Amino acid sequence: MGVMSEPAERGRFGEFGGRFVPESLVPACQEVEAAFRDAWSDDGFRKDLDELLTVYAGRPTPVTPARRLSAELGLTLLLKREDLAHTGSHKINNVLGQALLARRMGKRRLLAETGAGQHGVAAATAAALLGLACVVFMGERDIERQAPNVRRMRMLGATLVPVGSGSRTLKDATNEAMRRWVADTAEAYYCIGSVMGPHPYPWMVREFQRVIGDEARAQVERVPDVVVACVGGGSNAAGTFAGFADTGARLVGVEAAGGAAMTNGSPGVLHGHRSMVLQDAHGQVVEASSVAAGLDYPGIGPEHAHLAAIGRAEYASAGDGEVIEAVHRLARTEGIIPALESAHALAWIVRNAGDLAGLTVLMTLSGRGDKDMEIFQ
Amino acid sequence: MIFTDESTKKLVPYVTGGITGDWADCLRAYRDNGADAIEIGLPFSDPMLDGPTIQEASDRALARGATLDSILTEVRAMRAEVPLIVMTYTNLAIRPGFCARLADAGIAGLIVPDAPLDEVTPIRDAANAAGLDLIPLVAPSTRPDRLRDIAVSAQGFVYAVSVLGTTGERDRLDAGAGPLAAAVRALTELPVLIGFGVSTPEHAAAAVRDADGVVVASALMRRLLDGASPAELGAMVARFRESTRSGTGVRAPESV
Ligand SMILES: Cc1ncc(COP(=O)(O)O)c(C=O)c1O
Repeated sequence: MGVMSEPAERGRFGEFGGRFVPESLVPACQEVEAAFRDAWSDDGFRKDLDELLTVYAGRPTPVTPARRLSAELGLTLLLKREDLAHTGSHKINNVLGQALLARRMGKRRLLAETGAGQHGVAAATAAALLGLACVVFMGERDIERQAPNVRRMRMLGATLVPVGSGSRTLKDATNEAMRRWVADTAEAYYCIGSVMGPHPYPWMVREFQRVIGDEARAQVERVPDVVVACVGGGSNAAGTFAGFADTGARLVGVEAAGGAAMTNGSPGVLHGHRSMVLQDAHGQVVEASSVAAGLDYPGIGPEHAHLAAIGRAEYASAGDGEVIEAVHRLARTEGIIPALESAHALAWIVRNAGDLAGLTVLMTLSGRGDKDMEIFQ
Repeated sequence: MIFTDESTKKLVPYVTGGITGDWADCLRAYRDNGADAIEIGLPFSDPMLDGPTIQEASDRALARGATLDSILTEVRAMRAEVPLIVMTYTNLAIRPGFCARLADAGIAGLIVPDAPLDEVTPIRDAANAAGLDLIPLVAPSTRPDRLRDIAVSAQGFVYAVSVLGTTGERDRLDAGAGPLAAAVRALTELPVLIGFGVSTPEHAAAAVRDADGVVVASALMRRLLDGASPAELGAMVARFRESTRSGTGVRAPESV
């Protein structure tokens, strides 16, 4: 089985992945897996999704050469522009896929967790489009710092559930969404926002995000030397990497320094799968902390842990200060204001420009910075 | 074997380990008031299957600095004389030496709610190597073939989750609880206990018509979080004991 193909039995990527959920959720996960397998091998479903991606989400997104910044850095920087997708980030790709699947399964309601609010906005959007209800779980701290997205979700008709437990961020919103799903599997579909959760989610979300990497591969003249993406749960990175996994490109995922599960974590089980987790000496999950709400997460998708273990991808981190600098730099050199999350990838490129001199670097610009304007001030 | 006497209905009260300075007194109070076994929750930062009450209990215990070591130290010191069962999540249960340490402190059984049948083998092997029973959960959504697989591989007892939902007090015992317990009972010789939402002695009395016993957790932890003493919790356990004794449902006091 090739790298980034279907996971092994029981949703395993090497020693990672799996389905660590309460017995009550096992049938629900099995139902999602069966429905996804069926849909993904159905040309009709693929055609419906492709059409929505084209006529609704605005795909394909372009690859933009960042000419002025490239000259400054001494390398060739190409930006895969997910910020230009409808709703402002790559999250829409996955959500259109899952919402179509939910409708095919006869579900009436999407449940979603969100950090930066981009997945929540995408879920609320797809729900509106397809006539489904939508309930979004969001940490109270994230509600405060991502106010524009909170307003968007409400306007799109979603019900927002503030989560006040734990760190009041994405981790706790995810716990709460899973608890609600336990009680509501008959009518609700849990629309997970990244390549995490129980099998089949990490695999399914990667397949829905693969469009980023596949498009980019077709859009570039030759395979880039380095492919870089930011990593929260890791969906934009997984989708990007999937398009280049079989090439010689160096694959780099960049986490937030305060939520660097790959660099500072150890193997553990959180939110339904086994992966790398930030935890203390007693096995309690440590709260992550980042200026980017979408990366403020103590775990990482299981396939990334596997890609690191087999040496196919490498993971680094970027700190808040250099990330904010990177936002301003891209704004002034290219006229593009990236999301704080995306700017982690850029901060890594800026920091490593010396080593990357002369190389072609493709970076996924996972979303736009409109939601972060308060923080940039 | 967690339960040796097959003739009586089982009452298993729960306490979150380390929730208060005198939490170990709850173990004594439960024992002295007729508990057949006691479930000790080992607090985890992300208790996926727990409702607000147990979440708050776990948070409080962790904020007080409770650890596996500190909890087991108190367990070891008390010499319970009733079987003790630990409930915790996979991330803690898979840590090296976990089961051996539980066994060493006198724990007899382990419940890991986020390790379903398909993922449970490594944990069950470790538990069995240490001499612990691994107690499985079944849910109202568990389909018949899976129910059989779980029942035949069960150890200690089978924990029948009464509702599709998290732990927490409820107004009524879910109508699905009895049929689920009855279905499992047809598949195993082991006792089948109903848990989740058993909030009053009346609920318990109703539950043991179809099941071999009950687990009572949130109802006790709610009172404890509200300031009840171990002795008061013991008195509550006594009322649950009374209501489950005969298995036919005696009238219970108005308030508990
Ligand atoms: C713009 C943007 N990029 C990246 C992420 C991180 O998610 P993932 O790692 O799944 O791509 C988020 C999450 O909210 C986001 O909003």
